[in-house]
Amino acid sequence: MEGTMQTETTIRAESGIESGPRGPSCSLRHFACEQNLLSRPDGSASFLQGVAEKSRERLIRNTCEAVVLGALHPRTSITVVLQVVSDAGSLLACCLNAACMALVDAGVPMRALFCGVTCALDSDGTLLLDPTAKQEKEARAVLTFALDSVERKLLMSTTKGLYSDAELQQCLAAAQAASQHVFRFYRESLQRRYSKS
Amino acid sequence: MAAAAAVVAESLAGYRARAARAVLEQVVLPGEELLLPEQEDGEGPGGTGERPLRLNAGARSRGRVVCGPGLRRCGDRLLVTKCGRLRHKEPGSGSGGGVYWVDSQQKRYVPVKGDHVIGIVTAKSGDIFKVDVGGSEPASLSYLAFEGATKRNRPNVQVGDLIYGQFVVANKDMEPEMVCIDSCGRACGMGVIGQDGLLFKVTLGLIRRLLAPDCEILQEVGKLYPLEIVFGMNGRIWVKAKTIQQTLILANILEACEHMTADQRKQIFSRLAES
Repeated sequence: MEGTMQTETTIRAESGIESGPRGPSCSLRHFACEQNLLSRPDGSASFLQGVAEKSRERLIRNTCEAVVLGALHPRTSITVVLQVVSDAGSLLACCLNAACMALVDAGVPMRALFCGVTCALDSDGTLLLDPTAKQEKEARAVLTFALDSVERKLLMSTTKGLYSDAELQQCLAAAQAASQHVFRFYRESLQRRYSKS
Repeated sequence: MAAAAAVVAESLAGYRARAARAVLEQVVLPGEELLLPEQEDGEGPGGTGERPLRLNAGARSRGRVVCGPGLRRCGDRLLVTKCGRLRHKEPGSGSGGGVYWVDSQQKRYVPVKGDHVIGIVTAKSGDIFKVDVGGSEPASLSYLAFEGATKRNRPNVQVGDLIYGQFVVANKDMEPEMVCIDSCGRACGMGVIGQDGLLFKVTLGLIRRLLAPDCEILQEVGKLYPLEIVFGMNGRIWVKAKTIQQTLILANILEACEHMTADQRKQIFSRLAES
């Protein structure tokens, strides 16, 4: 206990980054705070609560790692930077599609293409593909799947909300059918690009 | 539910492996599998085993097909790993089944043995120079790898110089090594690139187009101004003309060639030739 206390004080003194304490009865999520980041204003702070941001990055990274032939580029890091221009719902699926197109454009060797599809289940059990932000907020459950192009296999899935086993299978089947349209769009846009040269 | 299942079945069935010969000059995507000519006969769409007529059946079936950039062997098929147009080159002299490769547009260079590249010297450490070639690691260049260089007679290379050389070692596991002499010890145009001039970067596809035999762009540029030009397979071009203005014009034309059609290019050249 004493050792931990010492480390915490050292961190506080050096960089102004503090981590909140997590005792056994504490039900709050992990939080972290950074102070004095901007030089212009008199004071500034950044507070991060929960790990939602990190988990979205982790999901996209795991999908990319499953598909990129990393063995051809040892001791090399491939960085994918995604910038949200506007969020109109189905953000994670859009990020996955953008990451796939960027990797193809960069010429990174891949064993298949992948795409993201989001399904929302509303309170009557109706299935909505590619929901808007409003539909996502009002839905009972939101499920996002990443599928590969060779056999429509499931690469990644993340779900939020309540749904039954049968509904999960239904959403997965609908997502696999919808991914066909996404891959056809990939093919058309790449053909257009190569037809210009 | 039944409708959804039927659609899924149809989409899965559409992704069977196709014959490589049927897809030549078309855009292929990563994940597609291609069948080589020897395997086509039994796996045709009809499945009735019709044998296509060939004039020299014996030579074709014994060929050894070379798998070029963008393709990997996967069992007895070829797996496409990059997006681009599938190309094929017939073997020059009989044996072998030729080369298949994917012509892709890419900006990032990956060192390949035998490629001639333009590098920038970034450090001198002991007996070797570290040269930045645009890959993930700097290449190493020994000071003895220049024409006429001996331990007493060192080449005059400073940090920041441009070097035109070729790779002797370039694979994913080791640091790339380059030299400025060929196997007989002659320079063949390699070595330190002279003073002045302009170095700029273009995509790898444009370099390959410019270096292809009978390139129109190069002939037209040559008629415009007298110039010196060096092409590196890593996407770098060094150009030098009589005045700075001419050098900049040439650099802009070559960069713009990527996106222009042949007609637009001819218009620009005729306008420049008049002025």
